[in-house]
Amino acid sequence: MKIGTVLRAFVAAIAALGLSQTAQAQDKKTSIKIGFVTFLSGPAAGPFGVPAKVAAEAIVESLNAGKAPPPYQSKGIGGLPIELVIIDEAGGATKQVSEYRTLVQRQDVDIVIGYIGSGDCLAVAPVAEELKKLTVLLDCGTPRIFEDASYKYVFRTRPHATMDAVAATMYLLDNRPAVKRVSGINQNYAYGQDSWNDFEATIKTMKPAIEIISSQMPKFGAGQYGAEISALISSTPDVIHSSLWGGDLEAFMLQAQPRDLFKSAQLVLVAGEPYLHRLPGKIPDGTIVGARGTNGVFAPDSPLKRWLVEVYKGKAGLEPNYPAYSTAQSFLGLKAAYEKAMRDKIGSAIPMGAAKNVKEEMEKAYSPPNQEEIIAAFEKITFDSPSGKVRMALGKGHQAVMGTAYGTTRFENGVVKVGNIKYYDAEKVTPPEGVTSLDWIKSGFKRSN
Amino acid sequence: MKLDRTTIAIGVVTVALLAASPVLPKWAMSLLNVSLCYGTVVLGMMLLMRTGLVSFGHGLYYCLGAYAAGTVDQMLKLPDMALMVAAGAVVTGIVAAILGLLLARYRDIFFAMLSLAFSMILYGLLVKSSALGSTDGFNISAKTLFGVALVDDARRYAGFGITVVLTTLSAFALNLYLRSHRGRLAEAIRDNELRVEYMGASVRATIHLHYVISAVLAGIGGALMAINIGHIDPEMTYWPQSGEFVFIAILSGTGNVFAPLGGALVFETIRSFAYEYSPNTWQMVLGITMLIVMIFLPGGLWSLIQRRKPA
Repeated sequence: MKIGTVLRAFVAAIAALGLSQTAQAQDKKTSIKIGFVTFLSGPAAGPFGVPAKVAAEAIVESLNAGKAPPPYQSKGIGGLPIELVIIDEAGGATKQVSEYRTLVQRQDVDIVIGYIGSGDCLAVAPVAEELKKLTVLLDCGTPRIFEDASYKYVFRTRPHATMDAVAATMYLLDNRPAVKRVSGINQNYAYGQDSWNDFEATIKTMKPAIEIISSQMPKFGAGQYGAEISALISSTPDVIHSSLWGGDLEAFMLQAQPRDLFKSAQLVLVAGEPYLHRLPGKIPDGTIVGARGTNGVFAPDSPLKRWLVEVYKGKAGLEPNYPAYSTAQSFLGLKAAYEKAMRDKIGSAIPMGAAKNVKEEMEKAYSPPNQEEIIAAFEKITFDSPSGKVRMALGKGHQAVMGTAYGTTRFENGVVKVGNIKYYDAEKVTPPEGVTSLDWIKSGFKRSN
Repeated sequence: MKLDRTTIAIGVVTVALLAASPVLPKWAMSLLNVSLCYGTVVLGMMLLMRTGLVSFGHGLYYCLGAYAAGTVDQMLKLPDMALMVAAGAVVTGIVAAILGLLLARYRDIFFAMLSLAFSMILYGLLVKSSALGSTDGFNISAKTLFGVALVDDARRYAGFGITVVLTTLSAFALNLYLRSHRGRLAEAIRDNELRVEYMGASVRATIHLHYVISAVLAGIGGALMAINIGHIDPEMTYWPQSGEFVFIAILSGTGNVFAPLGGALVFETIRSFAYEYSPNTWQMVLGITMLIVMIFLPGGLWSLIQRRKPA
């Protein structure tokens, strides 16, 4: 009886699965279904995940209504409305791979946009390749994705994290050439380690005379930084580098300020920009902040920037932070590629003067582009975004490059202002194609052999 | 040898799964794949639970198995599925044999916390090793099975095939063991260690053996997961992962070797659909499921099937 029960259940399950598979009929495209993966729970949800989700919803709403400024004024993507399926990125890479398969194979999405965690991006990229599904990585920073492998179906519409460290060093040396002693406090996980290693290597290459005194590596989500703050105070640095973010950054700032750590040492916050919006007034004057690109306060004024600020504020009531800009970049990059693919098709498909099969050819030319055509158009594209022009220049045309900027904070009339903003061109802060980030830094930022 | 019903059922399920694989939707196949990998780990948890022990640190062996498989792929450049799983089993077996010397002396909460401590030590070590990708981990890709090169779909089927075969083989072997003299000691130890000692059996040796068996099963599960997922990171030995194994073990019950496999499948299915239908509250769905099972089915999901048996 026991076996009978098990067997019967099993046969029923198989039959049900078989039926559900045949029921998935292909019908004519009436919308573009995009799976959007972002942190909805866990420590990264507050500063990154939820702003990205809010931005995605606001952007999709506005694009579907055809309210975005040129060149994105057409409705949805290529005239088809966007349908958004949002899932949580929490739970680690193993679960994300399973959920990615579910998105693609069960929910049948056309395109996946998402992933903030570098581990998730690294894990999902080969699966995207296996399933042959166009996937746009949203906000992860690790340069390893396109430096260690090459992908056909995976794109990243934001620059990788190497430029954060390189530009931070340049900004620091431009503004304080006399700096002698540098310390760091970074979380002990991949991003924190990479961030510090890049910064340390850049300092050693650009100005070997600078002493690297102490590198504090509290664990991720530590919350208590008493010992690290003591170590930093006793090492008497001129400058403290930090890639802390979210709750860790806030806790560190709140605990370090009463101990006057920042009276003598200038703080460099590589990813400090979202923090400006969260706790204005708690960030000491003279702090060097970056936004991992020309995002947020560094975004040059343009109709696209005003549009993003307007739609985001309409939903969240806050200024968009850099994950919101990354989200805009991913959707607009995709839209630009899709619509370029449409134009390419029409431009190349109609046989001039050919009388035969004109109707069929026209229909083919005006049908929505398939995935291969979108990918061909996506590679090496240059598109406008709220943070400026984005060029898909690295990773065989799959990895975006952009300039970046750093600035110094000043607290004025109840708001944090960022002044003395300096912009750095993409070529100055990003390695060339085919060279890994650390090798490039150690080579003295060589652009060609 | 007299075949019991469980053995026959294992055979039937193995054949049915392998036969069904070409017609299964791809998502169902990957769901089954992940469930079976978890199921293998929970098989080991079941053995420990029968012996009266709960490990809050089985992520240690799950992760170690995966990293052993990753090492075979990345450092030794031998991306063979069978070799990767074998490496996972051997490495976890050795580590468990050593740690077992200490752990077999402890019971209850002390055993649970010590095992948790060891798993977090591995987590700490992995997070600090930049060469292994720290928290980002690294990708692995099994390219052959017993030396036969695999491409595209063949790789997916091979991954599924080896997972099905190894999981059911593990279930078969464990079932056989549980029916042996030594295997039956498990419940006796849980109920009264003193009596077992008076009977002339060594409690410590049995617990040590069960600890090693459960670790090897976790290692196999981890290596299989690494092969199927293609990416490994230290999250695999972080405490919530170990907690998940305990969760599935309690959800399943310890009545039969089918319980962990079925429990893992139920767990993964609920989780996957909860991700899809309530992305903001999927954790709550799992929590409520757990509450319902604990209140109404204290013997786990398996008691649903067992209850029907005539007394």
